[in-house]
Amino acid sequence: MTPTKNYMYKSWWKVLSVVLLIYTVVAGLLIKVPDLPALEETIRNLFFHVCMWFGMMILFTVSVINSIRYLRTFNLRYDIYARHYATVGIVMGLLGYATGAVWMSYTWADPNNPATASFSTIAREPKLIGAAIALLIYFAYLVLRDSINDMDKRARISAVYNIFAYAMLFPSIWIVPRILPSLHPGGSEGNPAMNFKDIDSNMRLVFYPAVIGWTLLGVWIATLKIRLSLLKEKQMIQ
Amino acid sequence: MRKISCLFALLLLLLSTSMLHAQGDSNMGDTMRSNGRIYVVITVILVILAGLFLYLIRLDRKMSKLEKNN
Repeated sequence: MTPTKNYMYKSWWKVLSVVLLIYTVVAGLLIKVPDLPALEETIRNLFFHVCMWFGMMILFTVSVINSIRYLRTFNLRYDIYARHYATVGIVMGLLGYATGAVWMSYTWADPNNPATASFSTIAREPKLIGAAIALLIYFAYLVLRDSINDMDKRARISAVYNIFAYAMLFPSIWIVPRILPSLHPGGSEGNPAMNFKDIDSNMRLVFYPAVIGWTLLGVWIATLKIRLSLLKEKQMIQ
Repeated sequence: MRKISCLFALLLLLLSTSMLHAQGDSNMGDTMRSNGRIYVVITVILVILAGLFLYLIRLDRKMSKLEKNN
């Protein structure tokens, strides 16, 4: 693949990301939102907190696709792609966790409600545990991959592990938290952000562009890391 | 290149401070103070985003230059 034909060197989607994120911030803070009990204005976090998790999921998907591509072709380039998409996915997941902690502190942790007053009741939240397990599995991917010195062995083992890690995402963040009772929105009825009956049509106008914008920002950062890695590999060979 | 960007940053800084002083009695100030001053928050977030994007663009350019030299 020649450098100029590769998507990593194109700039139109980087511009799109910038435009969508500016739109997200301006429209996200200005549009009228439904006044829900307990949530009130914090529902605007949908454009930031929820987008982190969507971005993480998309980046992990891109990562696992590249792992499979590696296993099909044994081209080391795809191994590098997979690793960096996973890293940026983890960063987005951690940001989702951190923003969720802030949001939760002012909505669930209600001092007037004894059921959610203490930390122990919140720490039992299945969504938090599930997301923590998923992220820890991905940490193990990085540890595993970067601890093997042999290039081919590293790529092959980590590609297979990445597929397992991706498979574990589904029970730990999509299935198990949905079965157990939870304070977090989105139980057995499905994802609240994707449910057309739940989310206000006005908010959808900002939410979908926000998901695309944040995801493209993650892809942008990942491509920079990939380009640096590819350059390093090239210099090692020469 | 470096000198030009330094100059540009300085200009931006000067402009922003003069804009802040002018806000006291102009319409711009009224807009910024309306609706519980939410526009101030938006401006702050946009400044952070602008910084982040400029940083990424610079990194991107640097990478392109390195790739050309190799």
